[in-house]
This record gives sequence, structure tokens and C-alpha cells, in this order.
Amino acid sequence: MTAGSGPPSPTPAAAPVVRVAGVDKTFRRGDRVVTKALEAIDLDIARGEFVSLIGPSGCGKSTLLRIVGDLTAPTSGEVTVNGKTAEKARRDRDYGMVFQAPVLFDWRTVEDNVKLPLEVLGWDGARRTARAREMLELVELGEFLRHHPYQLSGGMQQRVAIARALTFEPSILLMDEPFGALDEMTRERMNGEVLRIWEQTGTTILFVTHSIPEAVFLSTRVAVMSARPGRITKIIDVDLPRPRTEQTRELRRYFELVTAVREALRAGGGDLDDSGTVGGAASAQRTIAEGGVG
Amino acid sequence: MSLSAGPLLAPGRETLPPSSGSAAGERRALRTTRAIVWYLPAVAVFVGAIVGWELIVGALNLQRFVFPKPSAILAALQANWAEGRFALLPSALATLQEALIGLAIGTVAGLVVAFASARWVTARGILLPLAVAANAVPIIAFAPLLNNWFGLLNPLSKALMAAVLVFFPVMANVTRGLVQVEPASLELMRSYAASEWTVLRKVRIPNALPYFFTAMKVATTLSLIGAIVGEYFGGSATVLGRMIVQSASALKFDVTWAAILLGAATGIVFYLVVVAIERLVIPWHAAMRVDA
Repeated sequence: MTAGSGPPSPTPAAAPVVRVAGVDKTFRRGDRVVTKALEAIDLDIARGEFVSLIGPSGCGKSTLLRIVGDLTAPTSGEVTVNGKTAEKARRDRDYGMVFQAPVLFDWRTVEDNVKLPLEVLGWDGARRTARAREMLELVELGEFLRHHPYQLSGGMQQRVAIARALTFEPSILLMDEPFGALDEMTRERMNGEVLRIWEQTGTTILFVTHSIPEAVFLSTRVAVMSARPGRITKIIDVDLPRPRTEQTRELRRYFELVTAVREALRAGGGDLDDSGTVGGAASAQRTIAEGGVG
Repeated sequence: MSLSAGPLLAPGRETLPPSSGSAAGERRALRTTRAIVWYLPAVAVFVGAIVGWELIVGALNLQRFVFPKPSAILAALQANWAEGRFALLPSALATLQEALIGLAIGTVAGLVVAFASARWVTARGILLPLAVAANAVPIIAFAPLLNNWFGLLNPLSKALMAAVLVFFPVMANVTRGLVQVEPASLELMRSYAASEWTVLRKVRIPNALPYFFTAMKVATTLSLIGAIVGEYFGGSATVLGRMIVQSASALKFDVTWAAILLGAATGIVFYLVVVAIERLVIPWHAAMRVDA
């Protein structure tokens, strides 16, 4: 598990931003184990890395991301983020979250949606406005400040969500299939944008996807997972040159890595787009919903 | 004469679309035209029904105490507008006042229970089953008791009848709006380590606003029903409910109809006021969006 990914992480040997050690997650109904979502997960992520989790449906990749982000608790094992527990890290606002759905509020304009985390953090008005506008410029939506989310396309909405996640400069960005609902062309454009933002901000990214080309194009490392129980079967270093551009997708090395990831997935026994039910993510979501109400 | 009922709806509607800015008078003219075209069939059917009523009652030579002509009803409305034994306008205003007080009391009570049950699971466990059970009771049956408790002549006894009817839809809808928030929205707030109070202000309350306005549209009608039914069981004479009961027992059915007409008009205006406020407060809601 060498962090041999090159330029963006100047201190690969330093203490990791995220350390996942021996994490298991089982979902139970009463005393009965319904799903063994994750088993014996170990993963270290260095500062400035871009790590993708890829695997078949139901392999627990979203669950793992949610455990790192303290949206759900592991059954056993430990997660350390910036040397703290995941809960402490969340309370310290170390996480920026981007979900598959943009999760924007219709009653707020684009600008006010981006300001939301800053309001929660108690920034004063002028600073909030300046920061929100800066972030919207970064995702090239500066002209859409006054629009409401429903007036934007899916890709634009997701860019607003990314701008919102970056406003308070979280030390790690957790992205859960952020482009899963977008068409192929928009997705490739968004991949370019995420790389640009990642290079400009130097943030650490943990990225869940079920697209092999996306994982290879974006990442410094790809963690390949298998299903039932969810395990990390292989970690592939992506040694493609930077900056990555549309030409990167034409490189022979790019195709070799795509093949390597695909073979690792096959070896793990999972074809992509396996139509098994994603018990893990769905029931975890329900747990949060119920907990949030009470 | 029956035409005078037609414009009742049309001008009311024209004030409704949020006049966005003051630009483009041309577009506004287009919108007005479109509104007229849109409402023309409804207005035509309404006017047709009134004219048909007038003609059929005349043709069948029905006794006017069985089924008065619309023209007779309007004449009765005019003759009994402000004074006399059946002074309709002061009665309608008195009833409206009771309904408004009842609406205010019922809404506040509904909101209090909704917020309590959205906030505390225990409160929800205790309050919701009770409220649902109470709603299954024909609440109108309590009207004589309310009169007894708060005094026959006290408008509060009628207002409370209205309040009891208003309470349930407000409580049920607002509770749903506060609780049925997208799980992902709550996770987002959780990732910001937002307090439950912040989540309430920034997510749950805005989310509940459309539910609240849906409830208010039902509640305005219910508050008038509650007030009028409460009045049926006695109390001050110059209220719509008493006008209806007394004119009917005096066989002055044209006055009865006139009182009903006035009650209906009050209800419609009441409703339209809520719709107008709704458009101002939640223009972002899917049902409010006006296509450009």
C-alpha cells in the first residue's frame, strides 16, 4: 500500500488524513444478521490524495464512505481522521460531503445554498457572501447566483453542491457517486472540473464510483472492493501523468490501468452493475432518517 | 343581473400571479389574456348555470319559498344588506370575526402540538393518537356544550367550535412537513455538525411551509363552518347562522339563500387571501412556479 502517486502528495510518509483500521459493518434486524456489509477494511489516505472506492452494487463502498464521514458507525474497528475520531472530525467540520443527489434547497437561491454551511458555522454576512461568490466562480457558476436550484441542469446543480462542500475548506471531501445520475458527456466534463478543483485547493478526496474509467482518470489510487462481505481486494496505484486532460484518456497506460481495475473486479467475483440489492446503503439511510427525527 | 356573479372570480384571479418586477407590460397583457382564456369556460358554465336556474324556476313556476330565483335572492340580499330584522352584512362580519378568532386559536394550537410532536418522540407517541382519535369524533356534536361552557352570547363559544375544527388539519399537515424531510438533507446538516435547532430553522420549517399553506386553505373553510354551526345552537342574533335559521323558520327563503350566498362569498375571499399569501411566501414551491 505504497502511496506512490507523485506530485500532489509531497509528504507521502506523513501521518495519513484518514486511517481506517479493521472496520466491520453488519446490519441486523433484531438479533439476525441481515447483511455483512463490510469486513476487515484497512485503508490509509495521505494528505492531498484522491482515492476512489470502486466495486459492484452492494459491496459496501458507500457504507465505507459514510463510516469515514461519521454518518453511520462501524460495528467494530476504528476510523481516525486527522488524528481524531470520525465523530470529533465531523464536529470540527473536517468533512465536505457531496451525495449522488445534489441535495439543494429549493427555497434558497444558488448563492444562499452555497452559504448554508457558513451560516451553520456562524460566519458573518459579508464574509459569507464573498466566500460563496468565490466558490461559485471556481465551479464557473458566477452568473447563476440568483437562480433557484430547479432552474439549473443536473450537472450545474451538482457543481453547486461541490461549491457548497468546499466553502469552509474541509480537510477531506467525501463524494458518494456524485456524477452517477449524469449522462456520459456531462460526467466527463465534471471529472475534469473535479480534478481542476482538487489541484487548485489541494484537498483530500475520497470518491465512491461504479465507473472504472472515472476512477482511473481521477484517482491517485483506486481501491477495488468485492461484495458480500464487502472487502478491499486490491489497491491499484494510478501512475498517470498530471495534469490529466482529455488526452489522458487516449494513453496506453490509461487503458492498461482500466484493464487492471476491471480484472481486479472480476477476481473479486463481482461484475459491475450486478443487480443485487444494495441492502447496506439503503438501510443505513433509513437508520439516519429515523434517528434524525427523534 | 345574474351576470354580477361572474366577475367574482375573474378579477380575483388576475391579482394572483406574482407581478414579477414592473417590466414588460406586453408580457403582462399576454398573461392577462391567457388568464381570461383559461377561466372563460369556468365562468361561462357558472353564468350558464345561474341563467338556467333563473329560467327553469320561472318556467316550472316553482313557489318562491321552495326554490327562489337568483334574481330574487339578489334582491333579498340588497333589501337586507345593512339593516332591518335580517341585517346580512353586520351578520357576515360578526361571523367572520368568530371564524378568524377560531382560525387563530386553532392554528396556534395546531402548530404548538406539531412542533412538540416533531421535536420529541414521546410527545408524538402521546399526542398523535389522541389527536387522530379526537378527529374521528364528530366534533360538531360538541357545539351545544361549547355554548354551555363559554356562554351562549359569547362569540368565543363559536370561535372555539371553529378552532377545534381547524386544529386537526393544521397539526397533522405541519407535523408531516416538519418530519418528512429528505434523509439526505439531514445527513448534509449532520456533516456540518448542525444543532437540532439549526436543522429546525434551516430545513424543517421551510420544508413544512407548503404543508402549512395546504392546511390553511382547508382551515379557512372549516373555520367558517365551525362558526356558523356553533351559531345554529343559539347566541347573538346578528350572525349568519342565526340569519339562516330564523329566515328559514319565517319562510323567507330568499333571505336564507342570500345569507348562504354571503357566507360562500366570505369563504371564497378568505381562501383567496390565503392563496395570495402563499404565493408571496413560497414562490419557490413547485406548485407556485409560473413558467416564463
